[in-house]
Amino acid sequence: MLLSLLPFYPLISFLLIVLLKKQLSWWQTSVLSVGAMLICAITSLVLLNTLNQAPDGVITSHLWRWFSLSDGDSFASVNFSFYLDALSAVMICVVSCVGFLIHLFAAVYMKEDENFSRFMAYMNLFIVAMLILVLADNLVLLYLGWEGVGLCSFLLIGFWYQEKANVLAARKAFIVTRIGDTSMAIGLFMLFNSLGSVNIVEVNELATAQWQVGNNDAYWICLLLLGGAVGKSAQLPLQTWLPDAMAGPTPVSALIHAATMVTAGVYLIARMNGLFILSPQVMNYVAWIGASTLLLAGFAALVQSDIKRVLAYSTMSQIGYMMLALGAGAWSAGIFHLMTHAFFKALLFLTAGAIIYALHHQQNIFKMGGVLKRLPFESGLFIIGLICLMALPGTSGFFSKEAIIAHLWSSPTAGQALWWCAILGALLTSIYSCRLFFIAFLSKERFSHQVENLSSVGLKISLITLAVLSLVGGFLAPDLSTVFAKASQEVSHMVEPQWLHAVAIATPIIGIVFSWFYFSKYRSVEPMNYQKAEQNQNPIVRFCFSGLGFDRLYEILLIKPFVAIARLNKRDVVDQLVMSLTWYIGLWRDVLVYSQNGLMRWYAAAFAIGLVCFIGGWLL
Amino acid sequence: MIISLLMIGLVLSGGFAWYMETKRSGQAKFIALLATLVLGFSFTLYIVTSPDSFADLVLLTNVTWISVFNIRYMIALDNLSNLLLILTFILTVVAILISWREITHRQGFYYFNLLTTIAGIIGVFTAVDMFLFFFFWEVMLLPMTALIAIWGHENRQFAAIKFFIFTQVSSLLMLIAIIMMAFLHKQQVGQLSFAYEDWLTLTLTADYSYYLMLGFFIAFAVKLPSFPVHSWLPDAHTQAPTAGSVLLAGILLKTGAYGLIRFVIVLFPQASAEFAPIAAVLALISILYGAKMAFAQTDFKRLVAYSSISHMGFVMLALFAFNANAFQGAVITLVAHGLSSAALFAFAGMIYARIHSRDLRQMGGFWRSSPVMGGFALAFAAAAFGMPGLANFIGEFYSLIGAFQRFPLITILAALGIIGSAIYGMLLFQSSFQGPVKNSFIDLSIREGFIAASLFIFLLVLGLFPNLVLQYSYNGGL
Repeated sequence: MLLSLLPFYPLISFLLIVLLKKQLSWWQTSVLSVGAMLICAITSLVLLNTLNQAPDGVITSHLWRWFSLSDGDSFASVNFSFYLDALSAVMICVVSCVGFLIHLFAAVYMKEDENFSRFMAYMNLFIVAMLILVLADNLVLLYLGWEGVGLCSFLLIGFWYQEKANVLAARKAFIVTRIGDTSMAIGLFMLFNSLGSVNIVEVNELATAQWQVGNNDAYWICLLLLGGAVGKSAQLPLQTWLPDAMAGPTPVSALIHAATMVTAGVYLIARMNGLFILSPQVMNYVAWIGASTLLLAGFAALVQSDIKRVLAYSTMSQIGYMMLALGAGAWSAGIFHLMTHAFFKALLFLTAGAIIYALHHQQNIFKMGGVLKRLPFESGLFIIGLICLMALPGTSGFFSKEAIIAHLWSSPTAGQALWWCAILGALLTSIYSCRLFFIAFLSKERFSHQVENLSSVGLKISLITLAVLSLVGGFLAPDLSTVFAKASQEVSHMVEPQWLHAVAIATPIIGIVFSWFYFSKYRSVEPMNYQKAEQNQNPIVRFCFSGLGFDRLYEILLIKPFVAIARLNKRDVVDQLVMSLTWYIGLWRDVLVYSQNGLMRWYAAAFAIGLVCFIGGWLL
Repeated sequence: MIISLLMIGLVLSGGFAWYMETKRSGQAKFIALLATLVLGFSFTLYIVTSPDSFADLVLLTNVTWISVFNIRYMIALDNLSNLLLILTFILTVVAILISWREITHRQGFYYFNLLTTIAGIIGVFTAVDMFLFFFFWEVMLLPMTALIAIWGHENRQFAAIKFFIFTQVSSLLMLIAIIMMAFLHKQQVGQLSFAYEDWLTLTLTADYSYYLMLGFFIAFAVKLPSFPVHSWLPDAHTQAPTAGSVLLAGILLKTGAYGLIRFVIVLFPQASAEFAPIAAVLALISILYGAKMAFAQTDFKRLVAYSSISHMGFVMLALFAFNANAFQGAVITLVAHGLSSAALFAFAGMIYARIHSRDLRQMGGFWRSSPVMGGFALAFAAAAFGMPGLANFIGEFYSLIGAFQRFPLITILAALGIIGSAIYGMLLFQSSFQGPVKNSFIDLSIREGFIAASLFIFLLVLGLFPNLVLQYSYNGGL
């Protein structure tokens, strides 16, 4: 009962806000939307608690039958049903608790905006879709949530719709993820065709029962589902939309583009673990996609100048870690990292938002400087977020990231090369974190106006709670052994070198020490030419700055030809061909009209020629 | 009898509206609306209270018309025709409401044409004597041409003639096929017959049936429309008055799909199975070509028109997959596309009434002045690009999942239409309602809000509870 109501709280709030838009004051809208999220968060925690007592560790709730697919003689029903197990329980807690804190922050942060109620309505709608995605008991309902979050993400990126750039960013995000979604939909068709079901539990069981490891169908289905996951989770090769998505308001970046929606791909793969385990080859691809994305994003984050873009690339790279974990079969570790990442990345984005607000919408780190002194509270929280991101020992990020890295070396679907990638990624993480911190927070301030501090109880509560969660989140590790019982691989007894763990733990610290010296010019109080540092013309730097040129590549390969063909054929060549008939008929009409000219000698001549031809033809 | 009364009622009220034109022209719309509501309501009442389940065709009327050729006036109903008739009535109400302010010139004659078209469409969906079917096919065509030619936009004459010639030429092929079938019946049974039920008993040789099937197929493919005979549609849609576009997209295109289901697939099962790969490829080209052409357009109505071609491609692909799921998908898509494209054309009309342009380049930032309109526009664009939760998704999903079992490769390519639809849907919504503010105008009026809200509610209810329709779905001879 509690379970079936969960998505309805934000839905009711959404409907009320949309219908009563004009009548509601700021206060009423906030109470409505944040209150709905609070109820949601409490319900999720209660559900998490009751789940422990539930038989089989599963709670289900059936709402209504959506439709049914015929499969030969039998019917496979597709229901509006929710399925709660340990995995979805972790997800709903993350979605609703982090969602609640971000809503609380957003209510203060967006207060001045003239479209405040629209903003909160979209945020509520997003939570509805996200909860449906996470709780769906079948893949079609999951797809409903999947598209729903995509639409909300589109609406929120383009929230300030009067700016052309925001509109384009929203369009890009929607279309790029739609490419992934289509691949997922094809995967679904294939899945139904071969297994006759779309129910998640049934699919995982049937697949294990019917298919051997390495089955060809399983391979293609997993590959197609992976296509959906890389689209939503901004992994290679569909990662290009995420940095641009930062055009949305900062709470949106925190909620959708860091904590929840972008991890949906990770959730999908974890959810379908029974299927993925049958296809070690795809697992290996997952790991490699994760590793290459985390390196690519790490390099890109090293040279960005916009604080939100640094965080966006860092999100991409952390999701790369989750993918790497899934690919290596470290399912629990991947989900654990998803959870801790939601805490600390939401914290980072929200504090970044508070700082940006205080500096009058300045997002360029080269124009900040000395923030530590001016905004000590926010800076303190930002430091907490950064040390979690760097995975310094004791923080939540440390536990989850170490859990991932520890699995890699001896995993049959990962291996030593991927371990080294992960270590290199950790090094990059700590270097770009330090660079960001030195440039924006240390040195002398490079802005002239007064800081405008956001001070509100709600805002502080949400930030401090997130900071606490980021610090202690490592001790909240979810127990997912029941979910991944079948999928846990046999641990190979490969001897791991002694130094593995030492290296993994030392890496972030090495990064900090390196940055301390390498970026010393950024933290020094002496004035330096930041203009020059920002507009570094080094081609390698420019290349990294543009996200390793993927945007350019896609523009040349896909967008330009598509638009060119569309332009070229705007008049519809088929129509032109059909309409050439009219030209042809018109031509004959003219010829005949010309011959009917009423001149006797023409008629006589025509008559004579006709007669000659006729007789000639007859004689020959 | 009820169906005949519906048609007579519509034509008579149309005639009455025309007659009133010279006296009190403002009343024509009230007469039309009242007639449609009363007739639509009595029809719904009739099917709800009828003891028949309409699982198979129920013959309602059977009277001799032209006895020399054994041509009979035969009217029958089943669930498929009921469904399409209800859709017809809903969209007729929408069409009348949307014309409320738009039509100021010769109102009485306008509503006469509108109601006569509807009468013809009702006849098409219910006639089971093929000569009668052909008669109604022509009845619906003429007043529609008049609607375009008299009340259309700047290039209306050209569009009306193009529409007329395309439909007329293709239906001549159907006429030949119909006459040949009647003669075949004479050969086999001994007397001419145009009755659908009689034709079902004929044994057809392979070579004949393929050409006969093609005769019907071409007529319906033009109406659907399918690549490469689609090009009348963008012109007709763009130039027609708003209500004309609503009726064209909402119902007239469905007569093509109805014909494919009722006649091509059922009368010629072997020939259509043989033809299926070609039809599937044509459907695939329609889907992708339509989506790509929609993206290239700068005219709001033209964009929606090309998107219709893309959507009807899904219907054709589904029908020729001969699969239960695909068939359900085709039926749902018919209804869903009828509602969603009608809504988008209605919006084109509303925008045109405000800024007197259909050019997307002159639009932008409407959201600022008309957020309610923007919300609905987004919802209808979302329906068009197959957002789950709205009816179109159910149709596409069923069609593709069913078609995949027969044509895996074609279906995978057809699924790219999902991306294409997102691209043109976004383009449509973003270039009119987002971006820098170029125009400001008043938000939806109560009448317009009613149209939008009711269409949206239909789409949402069908998207969440598709069984409301699917439980009545006709099994398509499977």
